[in-house]
Amino acid sequence: MTTRPRSALVPVLTIVAAIVAIWYGCAVLLNAPFERDQAERLGKETSWSNVLPATMAQDRPVLPAPHQVAQEIWKTTGEMVQKGRPFSKRSLIYHAWVTLSVTLLGFIMGTALGILLAVGIVHSRVLDKSLMPWIITSQTIPILALAPMIIVVLNSVGIQGLFPKAVISTYLSFFPVAVGMVKGLRSPEAMHLDLMKTYSADRSETFWKLRLPASMPFLFTSMKVAIAASLVGAIVGELPTGAVAGLGARLLAGSYYGQTVQIWSALIAAAILAGLLVALVGWVGNRINRRMGAREAMA
Amino acid sequence: MSGTTILILALLFWVAAWFANARLSALNPKDDGVKTLVNIAIPMLFGAALLGLWEGVTRGFEVPAVLLPPPSMIWERITNSVPTLWADFQQTYLKAVLSGYAIGCGLGFVTAIVVDRSPFFKAGIMPIGNLVSALPIIGIAPIMVMWFGFDWHSKAAVVVVMVFFPMLVNTVAGLAAAGTMERDLMNTYAASYWQSLFKLRLPAAMPFIFNALKINSTLALIGAIVAEFFGTPIVGMGFRISAEVGRLNIDMVWAEIFVAALAGSLSYGALALFERRITFWHPSNRR
Repeated sequence: MTTRPRSALVPVLTIVAAIVAIWYGCAVLLNAPFERDQAERLGKETSWSNVLPATMAQDRPVLPAPHQVAQEIWKTTGEMVQKGRPFSKRSLIYHAWVTLSVTLLGFIMGTALGILLAVGIVHSRVLDKSLMPWIITSQTIPILALAPMIIVVLNSVGIQGLFPKAVISTYLSFFPVAVGMVKGLRSPEAMHLDLMKTYSADRSETFWKLRLPASMPFLFTSMKVAIAASLVGAIVGELPTGAVAGLGARLLAGSYYGQTVQIWSALIAAAILAGLLVALVGWVGNRINRRMGAREAMA
Repeated sequence: MSGTTILILALLFWVAAWFANARLSALNPKDDGVKTLVNIAIPMLFGAALLGLWEGVTRGFEVPAVLLPPPSMIWERITNSVPTLWADFQQTYLKAVLSGYAIGCGLGFVTAIVVDRSPFFKAGIMPIGNLVSALPIIGIAPIMVMWFGFDWHSKAAVVVVMVFFPMLVNTVAGLAAAGTMERDLMNTYAASYWQSLFKLRLPAAMPFIFNALKINSTLALIGAIVAEFFGTPIVGMGFRISAEVGRLNIDMVWAEIFVAALAGSLSYGALALFERRITFWHPSNRR
């Protein structure tokens, strides 16, 4: 992924430009009926030259134009910083931070759980045979459906704040890590394992000196999937708490009050966050893999 | 029976199951049939032990049903409210998930075939598709609810968008999977574009396409259920879950989750079976 040829830049930019153009087109098409309606009600004749700019500047457009979303994002991030209140409740930075902290906590717990499970599975035949099928089945279950329940149940035991939401992220992110790590810990070739045996290395030495280093590329590939899943978990986890804080809460509040621009800005912010997180994990993974002279994982 | 007895019995069952599993997994049967049987028996036993432990702990420690109802209570609730569950299943799965899944996967597939003809497009759309696949697309749910109304159409729309990109990316990757040798062979046969597409490249792409279909079957269910949290008529699995959580009827929530889990694993299993039929030539399916 990171060694993408530079020639991809032009096509990617072309597609992005096309998407933005289509977006503008759709915004005009979807928002125009409202403007016509307004004009008709006032008994005025309108022409496209009036409607067109108006579709770009509605308060609650059906589909906000890209620049409206960009303005909203700037208003709730950059401007807040300039005013010296980057963490006010109206600032998107504050909400993004809430979501980010849940995501990271859930991601760390999920990764730890995934690695532990993988270590257990690789070292114990019983665990492998009894647990692995359930781990796979667990992913065919729409876990996010559990989100409201986990929040409410943990809430009633008195656990509030980050943790209940992070539990959902954990559930979503442990799976890719567990499966990837099992693959990774099993990736050393028989020859290398035999070599360790001729050194009379015991299980833990084989684990630390051969299996673990060999699994690193697999770990980071699956961590990229895991952190994206963790973000989704965090956003969905914020829905049932009654739209208090976080990007998910912004989505819900926006949908209650018909604030489409707010929904879209929260959505774009979530997308940017996801892209940054995945890129960060990928970057760290590349650094470590290069230091250890490992190859890209064949997932 | 008192709670403590049940707890002790459950613990005994757990230990016994663990020993049985240890024995079973140490076996190395030669016969293929026996081997499959053992490989199914072990996780089944493990699952049963887990259920037993759940039952024992909830009854033994008298965990309030609001926190975690015992499995027997959930099962009772399932059998008692089949009509409700069926109505919800119909609304969410049969209407929203299936239509959205079919449209989304179909669109992704067709787009991939079109995009595949132009290397320029392909180079542009692949990184974007990969990026979008990692995004929290579920967030478009409120927008879709606004656009398409409260009924299942908006949920289907969310599902369409969610499954589109995995399908697109995987199909494009799959179409590139046929080897140069085979393609050259098709050329020497003077095969047209469509002939080589249908006879070589699509069959070669099948493992990738099925991979996307399997990922999407879970995504679709998640998308439809979560979209219902944003507004829905008074029927549907997502609606029922959020409503019953509010009323603290946790056993009903578990019943709904059971249905969702069953639907999810059955569709996944059906796809896996279908895949084995179609990609019988693939190394992972050979014996």
